[in-house]
Amino acid sequence: MRIYALAVYLFLYIPIAIIALFSFNAGKAATQFTGFSVQWYGKALSNRFVVEAFQNSLTVALSSALLATLFGTLAALALQSVTGKWRAVFDALIYIAVMVPGIVIGIATLIALVTVFNWLNPILAALWPLAETAPQLQLGYGSLIAAHGLFSLALVIIIVRARISGMDRSLIEASADLGATPFGTFVQVTLPQIFPAILAGFLLAVTFSFDDFIIAFFVAGSKTTLPIYIFSSIRRGVTPEVNAIGSMVLTLSLTLLITAQAILQRGRKSDKA
Amino acid sequence: MLVLPLIVVFVFSFGARGPAGGYAPGFSLENFMNLGARWAAFKNTMVLAPVGTLACAVIAYPLAYFLALRVSAKRRTLLLILVIVPFWTSILIRSYAWIFILGGKGIPALIAWMGFGSIQLINTPFAVLVGIVYGYLPLMVFPIYVSLEQLDKRLLEASADLGCPPGRTFLSVTLPLSMPGVATGSMLVFILLMGEFLIPAMLGGGKVFFVGNALVDLFLQSRNWAFGSAVAVALVLIMLVTVTAYMRATRRWAGGRADVSLM
Repeated sequence: MRIYALAVYLFLYIPIAIIALFSFNAGKAATQFTGFSVQWYGKALSNRFVVEAFQNSLTVALSSALLATLFGTLAALALQSVTGKWRAVFDALIYIAVMVPGIVIGIATLIALVTVFNWLNPILAALWPLAETAPQLQLGYGSLIAAHGLFSLALVIIIVRARISGMDRSLIEASADLGATPFGTFVQVTLPQIFPAILAGFLLAVTFSFDDFIIAFFVAGSKTTLPIYIFSSIRRGVTPEVNAIGSMVLTLSLTLLITAQAILQRGRKSDKA
Repeated sequence: MLVLPLIVVFVFSFGARGPAGGYAPGFSLENFMNLGARWAAFKNTMVLAPVGTLACAVIAYPLAYFLALRVSAKRRTLLLILVIVPFWTSILIRSYAWIFILGGKGIPALIAWMGFGSIQLINTPFAVLVGIVYGYLPLMVFPIYVSLEQLDKRLLEASADLGCPPGRTFLSVTLPLSMPGVATGSMLVFILLMGEFLIPAMLGGGKVFFVGNALVDLFLQSRNWAFGSAVAVALVLIMLVTVTAYMRATRRWAGGRADVSLM
């Protein structure tokens, strides 16, 4: 039993370890280890396309996560007062949003956005004083942030709501009894209690957006995010540079994940205390 | 906001390809009649998605059992986190690692060195299957773990006290009671596999492709949105029918379903 579990863990982690190991390969061959070197990290970090893709990914991840966290928290709070049949409908919708394969979300968003753009662009052009300078709505940052934001929204709602339902209601009543305004109660009692979940939701949303390939592939337009860049360079061939980029991406998402986990765990422990 | 795009896809599926790609309005069933042109993609998906789900379940169950019933509570948290962490990291980079391992200079080179002749692993259905199990194993372990963890341990003691050997206790008590977890996990994995694109694209090398790969081709490369929409509608319909049938079947003999939390 123990050996079996160990084998499964090795199966899960050896591929990751191999990528990390080969990113330090001195030689040019991607599959033969010839010595230790960090040159590929240097190469990757001085590659203009990598840096640009990284900046795009970061911008999209941070903005979509911020939006998702803000609206997700508000939605989770609002959902508290929704009960009965509507509650079940909302719950089902949120779970569907998380469960639908990324490719369906990607296609649906692409079609919906392009349809809306085709419809709005002529109107914008007609309303604009100078037809040539009229803005053209097109795929890019906006559509990436919107698509990732929508998906992360569901994620944040699930995490924050789990925390709200685990919260001690009597504290809110006590605060109200002691004469605090509803807003005061929210800022001083509710917010500190659900804050770990909000932060964890934010970090997960950043991780999701940063790692997502399939949704971005459909709605990115001419923009390149880091996963899209990695995908197209793998298509061109396996190089140590890709290993270095991959290791950096893994390290970044692992850091975010472990932080999110630690925050959630601490929240759970302080509940029990 | 979620339903509207799906309706648009449905409407598009009856249209035609625009002169410069994209979409031109129309009404015909032509796109659906042409679905046969993508038969290979549907066939691969309909074979490898169920087989992959089954493989995930068979490999995940013993691990979930170990975590739920054989590990001290203290170490359990860490071990659980170690299962879920890979799931949250980039599937792109994780399947890329298997190009390495299964590629010409990986395991095949090792096998050739040991003197068993040369074999091709990468760009085969086997490689895609390995990628699938690797990518979706965590998603299967969690629901099974939850259902085993919630299982009333007194039932196991009662069964042992009444003289039932461990093997039979497992088959007639533990296994049936953990079936809701297996059912939930299988459904999650199966639904996601039906729409899979990355794993076949990376490890199938254009030889083993899923409906997802056909969709990417139709929407982004050949830009035939009307036909692409028809393929998408067919995929969603197949998904709905299989999942509904599966839920009916499992509800009858498993009852209820375990709730999953991935964090």
